[in-house]
Amino acid sequence: MELTLTNFLLFMVNCILTNNFIFSRYLGCCPFLGVSSKVETATGMGLAVTFVMALASLFTYLVYHYILVPLQLTYLITISFILVIASLVQFVEMFMKKSMPALYNALGIYLPLITTNCAVLGATILNIDNSYNLLWSVLNGVFGALGFLLAIVLMAGVRERLEASNIPKSFKGFPISLVVAGLMSVAFLGFAGLGKM
Amino acid sequence: MNAQAILYAAGVMGGLGVVFGLILTFASKKFAVPVDERFTLARDAMAGANCGACGYPGCDAYAHAVVKGEAPIDLCTPGGQKTLNELAKIMGQEAEETEPVVARVLCQGETGVVKPRYDYSGPQTCHTAVGLAGGPTMCQWGCVGLGDCVRVCRFDAMKIENGIVVIDEDKCTACGMCVKECPRSVIKLLPKKARVTVRCQNTAAPRDAKEACDKACISCKRCERACEYDAIHVNNFVALIDPVKCTLCGACVKVCPTKCIEQLP
Repeated sequence: MELTLTNFLLFMVNCILTNNFIFSRYLGCCPFLGVSSKVETATGMGLAVTFVMALASLFTYLVYHYILVPLQLTYLITISFILVIASLVQFVEMFMKKSMPALYNALGIYLPLITTNCAVLGATILNIDNSYNLLWSVLNGVFGALGFLLAIVLMAGVRERLEASNIPKSFKGFPISLVVAGLMSVAFLGFAGLGKM
Repeated sequence: MNAQAILYAAGVMGGLGVVFGLILTFASKKFAVPVDERFTLARDAMAGANCGACGYPGCDAYAHAVVKGEAPIDLCTPGGQKTLNELAKIMGQEAEETEPVVARVLCQGETGVVKPRYDYSGPQTCHTAVGLAGGPTMCQWGCVGLGDCVRVCRFDAMKIENGIVVIDEDKCTACGMCVKECPRSVIKLLPKKARVTVRCQNTAAPRDAKEACDKACISCKRCERACEYDAIHVNNFVALIDPVKCTLCGACVKVCPTKCIEQLP
């Protein structure tokens, strides 16, 4: 794929809206429901995912194309990518603790949680499946994660309103959140076909 | 599949693991953030049960609060005097002598001693049982023996025997989780030295108490008259011992007609 403005914009819309990680690929639903009770923490989680997903896309691309492919070990993709992501998250955590304590405190527990976020693994494997080159891989990571950020912040906004609204007792808390998530997913279906490349 | 492919696979995964491990080791040294060494010491001084008796979510949180000076040093009951002394040393404070306490069950309503109200066969938790028509036993103050406290005990110090909870005094650390859990407040934290206790909290009128349970306090006041030290008093239809005045002479234990006062060895 050539890097032109049209391609770039189409790709962005495609990643953020059409193939949204949460609403059309159903990846990363655990933090989506777990960390979406406040807009503030949801933003933190979304930003942390963006950061890690971009880096993970870069490193898994290198590991895949320079280690796994030459040695014909592409069947090790899942386990090696998990290894890369886990180490990366650890490294990022240490680095942040030292040099950006403010951001580290803001992200808090969410950073280590990303290790087990399937959206990150999903993004890196999709990069390989779609045979993106290095640039597009990283862009896919960044925009995919921005889609995740959008979804989780929207959800948090809705859930903050839900707190104050009069909901039947049996639907309070998680059930209504799942209903909301489903409705939002239906709404995002409206983007299908947009940004086709 | 040849041997080489297996070796390559093992080598690559092992190699990646080693490389990432080395990078992380290096990074943890390079990016090490100095932690207050008092924190490590304080954390080690605690019982390490993460029981929550101090009111903080786990020993780490309490250690942080102590080091910051936000929390008093005497909240770790499972650690007892030893933890208190060590924390005092770390924080440069004076350790006060504390009276060792232990959880005691103030009820002797074993199966057969207390009269059943009905045959309870619902969910086996005390909280549910006591909410149903006054509970499965005639006594509204006694242990129902379904073990909510046993389930919250982190120290394996409690068990149910003959339809009542029994506490192993040696294992009990007085963390107080059972005291909070018990829907009827049957369990109380009492000084370990107080060997004589009235094991009944039934405040019903004497006749009702007697009808409900064979070992209920019937407020006959014989213990009051027997006590030479003014240590035991019947108030609100139940006897209560003042552990400060009690000399453990055991006079009250001998005269109690329903054997609701117990002297531990």
